[in-house]
Formats: sequence, structure tokens, C-alpha cells
Amino acid sequence: MADASEADPAPPCVSVRGVGKSFGGVSVLRGIDLEIGQGEIHGLVGENGAGKSTLGKIIGGYHAASEGELRVFGEPVSNWTPNEALGRGIAIMHQELQVVPELTVAQNIFLGMEEHRWGVLAGSELERMPPIVAATGFDLDPSEKVSGLSIADRQKIEIMRALAREAKVIVMDEPTSSLSADETRRLHATMRRIREAGGTVVYVSHFLDNILEVCDRITVLRDGELVRTSDGPAETKESLVSAMLGGGRSETHFPERAIPPDRGTVLEVSGLSSPNGTTDATFKIGRGEIVGLIGLVGSGRSEIARAVIGADPASGGDVLLNGVSYPNRSLAASTRMGLVMAPEDRRRQGLVMTMPVRANMTLPHLRSFAAALGRVRFRKEARKARDLIGHFQIKPPDPDGNVFNFSGGNQQKVLLAKWLLRDPDVVILDEPSRGVDVGARQRIHEAIAEIASKGAGVLLISSEIDEVLGLAHRAYLVSGGRIEGEIDPVGKSQGEVLRILFGLQAGSGRSAASESLQ
Amino acid sequence: MIRVDRHRIAWFLQTYAVLVIGVALFVLLSLLSDSFLTFRNLLNILNQNAPLAIMASAMTLVIIGGGFDLSVGATFAVAGVTAAWVALHVDPYVGLLIAPLVGAALGLINGVVITRLNVHSFLATIATSLVFKGVAIVISDGRLIPVRLDDFTWLGRDKFLGVFIAVYVFVAFALVLTFVLNRTTLGRKIFSVGGNEEAAILSGIRTDRIKIATFVIAGLAAGLAAAISVSRISMGQASAGTGLELQAIAAVILGGTSIYGGVGAVWRSVAGVLLLALINNGFNILNADPFYRDLTTGLVILGAVGISAAGRRR
Repeated sequence: MADASEADPAPPCVSVRGVGKSFGGVSVLRGIDLEIGQGEIHGLVGENGAGKSTLGKIIGGYHAASEGELRVFGEPVSNWTPNEALGRGIAIMHQELQVVPELTVAQNIFLGMEEHRWGVLAGSELERMPPIVAATGFDLDPSEKVSGLSIADRQKIEIMRALAREAKVIVMDEPTSSLSADETRRLHATMRRIREAGGTVVYVSHFLDNILEVCDRITVLRDGELVRTSDGPAETKESLVSAMLGGGRSETHFPERAIPPDRGTVLEVSGLSSPNGTTDATFKIGRGEIVGLIGLVGSGRSEIARAVIGADPASGGDVLLNGVSYPNRSLAASTRMGLVMAPEDRRRQGLVMTMPVRANMTLPHLRSFAAALGRVRFRKEARKARDLIGHFQIKPPDPDGNVFNFSGGNQQKVLLAKWLLRDPDVVILDEPSRGVDVGARQRIHEAIAEIASKGAGVLLISSEIDEVLGLAHRAYLVSGGRIEGEIDPVGKSQGEVLRILFGLQAGSGRSAASESLQ
Repeated sequence: MIRVDRHRIAWFLQTYAVLVIGVALFVLLSLLSDSFLTFRNLLNILNQNAPLAIMASAMTLVIIGGGFDLSVGATFAVAGVTAAWVALHVDPYVGLLIAPLVGAALGLINGVVITRLNVHSFLATIATSLVFKGVAIVISDGRLIPVRLDDFTWLGRDKFLGVFIAVYVFVAFALVLTFVLNRTTLGRKIFSVGGNEEAAILSGIRTDRIKIATFVIAGLAAGLAAAISVSRISMGQASAGTGLELQAIAAVILGGTSIYGGVGAVWRSVAGVLLLALINNGFNILNADPFYRDLTTGLVILGAVGISAAGRRR
């Protein structure tokens, strides 16, 4: 510890010693020792809940470590905050982006470092843009308001902001989760450029291909502990996965596709249109059948689902559930009838982060947990919650735990449990395994197969085409809010499907199509 | 710094800061003055603050549900003059009974305005509070309405088993709201609406109704508080209640209920009211210069809010 600066010509940018972290008594990191050298792209991988995000956030100053020591350029740090980190040249780019929607791109990039004379703004941000655009290769209109931009574009702003602050270390927490393949490539090029300029990138991601593509060194975490740090080129996807899992499980193993018993149609959608863009959607789902909706990002997959369940109003067409049409279709009515949807964004739409697991699970079903005077039947609720926790292998197995403290994968399991609590007839699953690690993904896939084998119809929406191909019995192709065709997913490759989708999209240019290549 | 689990501390401070400060102040006052720790004085504190405690308890539900009600002071005024007018012209008991109903009706108007026009409750209730104040002036014709009837003043003045009736009312009301918030499906829904409105909507909860319910409860509480107050001073006046909404909000915030919604508890708001009351009482029994009273109160609020905010920073 003492010979930090003199012995070494270039002390590691960041050195982590014996660091541990716990949230509300739940330990998420233990005894981490790690050194991140100058000018390297350092990957952090692990299942969700392994602690890779937390470690990234500790380095970036967003969390303080509960124990252990952090040194930055050889100096120990105390009172570690994002501001302090930034002052020492460490910027963090969050999964949840921190931009001001009402300001322009350029104003956001230079936020807090505006040129001014006695507090009066002087000069224009626009003039300071070119070097940053040149450094990143990102092509954004600097005078556009951020409120109109996509998540991918907002993310670019965060990267540009970090560069504008001349950060020497940039921590990127799942930066590619909403980028297209093309944009990911450009992000990787940016990382390499940062490295060539002597900068360092800490790259937290669960996309192993991405990590393997750019990282000089890779650290694998498992259950809050460091498994190993090794040179990037020495690793393969298989070696990383087995290190993450601690066993030899393969990443893409889908559960056996049960042949749906021919017990008739459970959901029939005919000519459904909605102001949300859904146009003349017609399809059906049989009992015990998993049906996929495949489309590119922005194709209107989720919108069709929202129109079906009644989250968005319909302007025409009909939905028959078990052969019955119910007018004034609303979310509440659909839920009562046995048609439920687990939405795609668990933080924004799915869970109430300020409530415990049990309350989240029963929220749509409070009616069946109510006693006289509107009392909640706590014991019944706890029993149900414990059942579901056991069934989905949710960790930690605490019905009173706050979902805020749970890892992404476990939050996603809580979300699924919430919607499967009452054995619905039809379940719409929108991105059921987004941002989830290999182990949780596997459990979620098994759960989807189980729901179907119990006789429910499943509408599966996923931007990971592999997932739909691996699970669904049939799949519809969606483009521009329309259902453009049906495919048999069995034996199809992702490439074939993508080519068809590209064909549907022909004319609209952009590489949006490859977004699903992730 | 790096060794402590800030999450735990945050939770502890947010939950118990008000209690810690309150107990400290209680002990301090007991040591400084002989007249503080007497049954009479403590009972008086409870009695005097019963109306505010009732309003703060209900405000807790509004704030947990993600709203703000700045009109409860004006609602208090309308309910108060209505109670006095009705007591004088119709029947004293009807007067007392009608106050909470008027309050609930005004709360309903608030709730409907907020959800139908889709404006933030902060703005909507500033506007409705002006309207309500105007209504109170119209009802009272700008005059004081004295009601010197025993059938009217018992609620605010009489005792039962040595304790003021108003204190029973306030304790019962706070307990009922605690039950509603923590034990019922309505309470669950209030927490979910304030914690994540979109998730609540997607869970099939009619969030507008839940919000309206919280404002109706806040209005009802303001009316009940007005009934007690007007009965106590045997006088209805349109200017009564001014500033009560801010005191109620201050007490709720002092109790660590998050202004962002989704987190909070009724008992802590009551503790907030009592903490503010202790400061007041301290000034009285110590004969301290009242010029410093507001200043001290403000500093204590800042301190308590600062402590729980410090815990929240991670």
C-alpha cells in the first residue's frame, strides 16, 4: 500500500482493495481486489446480482463502499461522491441516463461548465462542439432539444459530456442495452479512441460478445465475489459464461417446446386498430401456445400489445378472450378477465420500487386479498409471496424485502410473479428477459414454458430474436404497427428472420433493423 | 465514512429523526422547567394541537400519494364558518356534523379538478384555496359568527375522564388513518400511486380515484379540525385557518415522509406536530423572547429535514 506511486512509473488509475458493499443489510460485494491500469478497456461481467454494476458505481463515486479502500491514481479517496470522482477524472455513465430533457444537446453536454463572465453566459456551446463530435464520431444536432431524442441518442450525450470534462476514466454501466448494432460498433470505436488517447474505460455489460470485442482485460464476478481478472484475448464466450456460472452451463439452452394440446383458441384479435399506430392487427393464440411478435425496435410490437389489453384505446376491431368480447376494454377489466401484461420497463412501468416484494406481487390482485373493511389479508399474502419466491427462485427469499435492493434479474422475476400470481388465461410478456443475467434468463424461459404447459396462451415480445425463435410455437412479423406475416420459428435462424424483417422495412434506410442483433 | 452502511442509517434517520429530536427536546424542557412535565401542561399541548394533528395525519396520505394540498387552511375556514352559521340558524349538533362533510366536499372538488384537468395538485390547490377563502367570506358576510351554545362548544372544551374530548377525536382519527394506510387495500394503492404511478396504472389501479380519495380525506380532516376549533373559541370567522396548511405540511415533512411520494407514516407526522408544539410550549414556559420562536422553529425543521436528506445521499 505504501509503495504506490514511486515504485511504479504509472500507478493503476483505480485500485480497489478489499472492497465490500451491502444495501440494507444485504451484502452484494465482498472482498474485491482489483487494479485497473491506465489506457485499458476493462470489462466487468457477471450475472445480474453478481455485483458488476455496484462495483462500477463504487468506482464512479455513485456508491460509497461499505468496507475496503479505493485508490485513484495512487491516492486513497474518502468522501467519495460523483462530484469528487469527476474532480479526479472519473466519470460514470449510468444505466438510467441523467440528462435534462428541456435543454439542447450542446447545453446538456456542457452542463455545469458553461463559459461565462460574472455568471452571465458568454459564447456559444455550439462552437465547443466540433472537437467532441470529432472524438466520438457521434452525429447529433447540437441545438436539438433532448426531450425529443431516443435513449440511444441520450446515451451519446452522456459519453460526450464525460469527454467534454476530460475524464481520464469513464465507467459505462450497460451502455449498449438500447443501442443498435451499428451504434454499438461506433461506441466501441469511441472506446478505442479513448484508449489511444491514454484514457481508461470500465465497461460493465452483460453482452459478452461486446465485452470480448473491445476489452483488454476482463474481470468476472460471481455472487458478489471476484472470480478472476484476465486478459481479454485469452477469454472466450464459453470461458466467461462458465466462470460466471461457476459451472459449465451453456448460454443458449431453451427449454423443450411442448406441443400445445389442441384445445382451441384463447385469444382472438381481429382487425384491431388504435391511435397508437396499431393498424388492422389480426392474430390468434391457442391454449398452451407461445406466440411471438417479432419486429424491429419501433415496429409497434409493444403498441399492439397495449391496444390488445386496453392500455391504449382502440379505434376499431375486436378482441375475443375465451370467445367473449368485452366492450370498454381497460387494463383493469382485462386483468379481471384473465388477460395480463408484464410491461417491458420494470423500473418505470413494472414495479413500485418503494414497496416490498409481497406488495408488488399482489398489487393487481388486491381484490382477492381483501377482507372486511378493505383489510389486506397479510398472512394469505405472505404465503402466496413465499410460494412465488420459491417457484421463481427469487433472491434474497424475503417477501418483506424492498425490491429497490434487488438485482435486475430478481426484480424481473418479481415482475413475472406479480402477473402470474392468479394463473391468467393469456399473458403478454414484453421483453421478459431484458437486462437479465444468464441464470435468471434461464429461469424465466423455463417459467414461460411452464405457463404455456399449464394451458395459458402466451404472447411473447422480445427484441432478442433468438429468444422468440427458441421459445415460441408460432411467430408473427410486425412492421409499422401491422402484422405482416407468420413464420414457423422452429429451425429458423436469426439471420433468416432478420433478412425478412429488413425486406419489410426496405426504404426506411437506417440500421434500426440490426438493433435486435444484440 | 467508507465503513458505515449508509442505507441503514438513511432508513433509520428518515424513520426516527423526528422522534430522536422530539425526545431530546422533551428531556431538555423537563430539566429546564418544573412546569413542563406536568399532566396539565402535556394535556394542554395535546389539546391545543389536536386540530393541526388531525390535518397533518390526513396530509400524510395526500403526500404519500404523490400530491400536495395547499387548500386545507381555506377548507378549514369554509367548514368553520359553515358550522357556526348552521349552529346558529339551524342546530348546533348539525353544525358540528356538517363541518367535516363540507370539508370532504371541498376535498372532492380538489380531487376532481386535479385529476380531470390533469394539473399538479400544488397549483390546483393554490387556486382552489383562493376560491374557498372567497366562499368563506361570502358565507360569513365578512363578519365574526359568535356561537355561545353549550351544545356547540362541548366538542372543543369539555373533558371526558379528565381528558379533552378533542384529544380522543385526534387520537382516534390518527389511528383510523394509520389502519387505512397500513392495513387496507386503499392504503396499498395510495403507496403505489405515489411510488410509481405508471406501474399502478398498469396494475389496473384507477389512480385518479385513489388521488381523489386522499384529497377527500384531507378535506374531511380539515373540516373536523375546524369543528373542534370553532367549537372551542365559540366563534366562526373567515380568516381562521390561514397558514395551517403550511404547518401541516411542515409537520409531515418533519416526520420524514418523502415529498416525492410513496414513503411515509401517519404517526411520524403526529410526532412532527408534537415536536413543533414542544418548541412553542418551551418558549411559553421558559418565558423566552417570542421574537426567536419562528426562527427556532425554522431551524429545527431545517435540521430535521437536513438529517433525513443527508441519510438519503449515497
